[in-house]
Amino acid sequence: MTEYEPVIGLEIHVQLKTRTKMFCGCELSFGDSPNIHTCPVCLGLPGALPVVNERAIRFGMMIGLALGCEIAERSLFHRKNYFYPDLPKGYQISQYDVPLCRGGRLGDVRIHRVHLEEDAAKLNHLGASGRIHGSDRSWVDFNRGGTPLVEIVTEPDIHSPEQAREWLSLLRTTLKQIGVSDVNMEEGSLRCDANVSVRPAGSAVLGTKTELKNMNSFRFLERGVRAEIQRQIGLIEAGEAVVQETLHYDPVSGGITPLRSKEEAHDYRYFPEPDLVPLVATDAMLAAAREALPAELPAERAARFERELGLSAGRARDLAFRADLADYFERALAAGAADGGVDPVELSNWIPQLVERIGSDRDPAESNVAPESLAALATMVKAREVSRDAAREVLSRLVADGGDPRAIVAREGLGALSAEDDGLGELVDRAIASDPAAAEQVRAGNLKAIGPLVGYVMRETKGRADGATITRLIRERVRQAG
Amino acid sequence: MNELIELTAAAAAQRVRAREIDPAELFEAYRARAAADDLNAFTWVAPRAPAGEYPGDAPLAGVPLAVKDLFCTEGVPSQAGSRILEGYRPPYTATVVANLQRAGAPLLGKTNQDEFAMGSSNENSAYGPVLNPWDRARVPGGSPGGSAAAVAAGLAPWAIGTDTGGSIRQPAALCGIVGLKPTYGACSRFGMIAFASSLDQAGPLTRDVTDAALLLAHMVGRDRRDSTSLEFPEAIRVPRAEDLSGIRLGVPEELTGAGGGVEPGVRESFEATLARAEGLGASVEPCRLPHAPHALSAYYLIAPAEASANLARFDGVRYGLREDGEAGLVSMYSQTRSHGFGAEVKRRIMLGTYALSSGYYDAYYGTAQKVRTKIAEDFRTAFERFDFIVTPTSPWTAFALGAKTDDPLAMYLNDFCTVPMPLAGIPAISIPSGLSDGLPVGFQLAGPAFSENRLLDAAHALERAIGFDGSPARRSGESAARG
Repeated sequence: MTEYEPVIGLEIHVQLKTRTKMFCGCELSFGDSPNIHTCPVCLGLPGALPVVNERAIRFGMMIGLALGCEIAERSLFHRKNYFYPDLPKGYQISQYDVPLCRGGRLGDVRIHRVHLEEDAAKLNHLGASGRIHGSDRSWVDFNRGGTPLVEIVTEPDIHSPEQAREWLSLLRTTLKQIGVSDVNMEEGSLRCDANVSVRPAGSAVLGTKTELKNMNSFRFLERGVRAEIQRQIGLIEAGEAVVQETLHYDPVSGGITPLRSKEEAHDYRYFPEPDLVPLVATDAMLAAAREALPAELPAERAARFERELGLSAGRARDLAFRADLADYFERALAAGAADGGVDPVELSNWIPQLVERIGSDRDPAESNVAPESLAALATMVKAREVSRDAAREVLSRLVADGGDPRAIVAREGLGALSAEDDGLGELVDRAIASDPAAAEQVRAGNLKAIGPLVGYVMRETKGRADGATITRLIRERVRQAG
Repeated sequence: MNELIELTAAAAAQRVRAREIDPAELFEAYRARAAADDLNAFTWVAPRAPAGEYPGDAPLAGVPLAVKDLFCTEGVPSQAGSRILEGYRPPYTATVVANLQRAGAPLLGKTNQDEFAMGSSNENSAYGPVLNPWDRARVPGGSPGGSAAAVAAGLAPWAIGTDTGGSIRQPAALCGIVGLKPTYGACSRFGMIAFASSLDQAGPLTRDVTDAALLLAHMVGRDRRDSTSLEFPEAIRVPRAEDLSGIRLGVPEELTGAGGGVEPGVRESFEATLARAEGLGASVEPCRLPHAPHALSAYYLIAPAEASANLARFDGVRYGLREDGEAGLVSMYSQTRSHGFGAEVKRRIMLGTYALSSGYYDAYYGTAQKVRTKIAEDFRTAFERFDFIVTPTSPWTAFALGAKTDDPLAMYLNDFCTVPMPLAGIPAISIPSGLSDGLPVGFQLAGPAFSENRLLDAAHALERAIGFDGSPARRSGESAARG
């Protein structure tokens, strides 16, 4: 059977968090009454002209710099022509062959280009279809029309749905950290389309791609892309061709349907927007954009965690791509250092445990577990003052009630049993007595057989015993017995 | 005839300031004439003088202004000569109109025009053709035929229009008045219903050069709502020049030779004017604008291309005409636009859509832009040797209504001498140079960007020497007002 390799590129639209719209002075809003944030410009009234929002330009430059792009000294706005009720001028002002930013990289995905444009208005359809065709009546809300958008287009460097999701998460954290957008997928301030194709593994030729739209959450992106990969493989296996088309992913049914028929294929007739002058990136503008960027972006932070703290690449990304986790981790690290030092890898192992207990979308800084408590717990585990099993129990208590882990261990008697005089020797003897066959095998050199004996001791100590100590004691006693 | 009507706008303004004329009386005198207009020059006339005190010391002193319909005027019909905007009253006023109102020129009325400024005869208006006051069987030129006819006939002291390929200068020539197209960017386009954004420019249509300078002085200036507008580098002065000593005039063979099809009577008047210029101290020599003959072709790709996008907003969704089709959205679009636009507008939308289409862009729009660059270079080179380039404004005098409506190409040739200047973004003025068979002939001077003051000076000196008498057209307007 042929193995297939998915090839995925993403097109991301980001609503910028400016105060006003891209080409007029109307305020941005979300959820206000319809059509109250409008003016002759964003309604496309006769005679109105666009004026570029300088802050949107700066935000666009900040994104370009954060993604390592080259910023064009001179870029152009174009008109993208098509008719639709959400597009009041009959064209969208966008950028075409000379975008604001080109090239760049975020994590392991290269950036093709970044450009500025304006958002369309919002359509509301009455009727069962929920789409314009077949609806009884449609309303247009122009509040959203003209919101500044940045479109980020990646190279096709993504090869799995999981990678797509993880990378989008990195992008989201990056954009959030530089403060240019709310990057909220549910509210539409971050929107993602995926270009998907598959090819036989090892092939250098790209397959025919489809464009998958409407994935308004990270989960839907992963699911939609997975479904589309399966659909394409199915077609190829059945001897059919993948058709280049735009597809709609329905998150409820999981179905994929064509979004536009060929009859409606657009020729956008791009041409330079004569109402605007070329956008010249002055040194002052670039300096202002550079100055507004934070000192360290998530991808750099992940690299530092890996390089300086010895974290695995995966763990480093898991933390750095969520700024709240990384911030918490670094606070705990600092607290641990003040308290005599904590092992960064050991500490990092406890962050996913904590997230699992408080809920994956909560900021651990808002939990009952103080960073210094987590650091103390990690230090105790590393020093074998408490076993891993017992430490998990301590963490659950910290999440429930807070407090100092050392005090909890002392109070609850959860400290590690690590010496014979703790009664461990006696327990080991009982374990050997209870399963002489296993003991015999261990003595004969089959170390795998030690498991049941260790398990006996663990059960009896309710997990407080130190695994390494038990193993050592069992092997000593078996040898003595022999 | 009411003696007020015989005053130029500048003279009337002076008398208002000297308290010799009551501005309310002045407004009413013109309002009555405009209301009785039988040239179809106006599409809307102010029902009364604007309320409140006249700005007595305002520079324009309450002298009323006629405004081409495509300038948005708050609460007042602004239909751009199109059925698709029938009854449309904008919620805001164009910057240029607001500037002039602030300077003391109240709105007298809105004037008829070719639909969306597409035309050279005013026969493309959804509100009917305008008649030329010199001969009512003839066209006034266009697109702002209403503004030109109103000023010539004394239905308005002065007016503003827009020029895209010759729209201000050609009707000024055909109606025997002065028309100035400023440097691109000198006047804000905010609130002008767009035809071709990279060419459109507002300018004055007036009885004489001094009036043009006075009006222009209050039109120019950077507007933060128009990114393509520029700060005019100097104040516009009242022209005083009485001679042309040291002025070098270049006569481009490409625009004045046999290729342009200039009528004998127009040629005669043009040559007489050149002789007069020499008499005033100017030198006259032939010059070359090698790419100018291609200007018309480039213009008829660039302007329709931009128009095809500019006119996309008239879709029936938000304002203006809407005709609901039976088959939903696409049907509403096509019904609305089929019935809302006239034939010439549809022709140009089709031309422009085609020129921008995938696969044709480079051959048409791309090539036209290259030609445009070449034409601008031609002018730059010519202005190294010459102060101004001069041509007849229009190859013909006013032609009979209907004479060219069936032949779009013949109609487009009207713009042969006026199209190169907007492509190069440079200013040009047309002044009456005399009559040919009883019809006015226009003389055009074009100068480098922002040379308006020098251009006005030269035009002023020539105007004095020519001594053109526009009163026959005003008498025609007078008889209309009586009848």
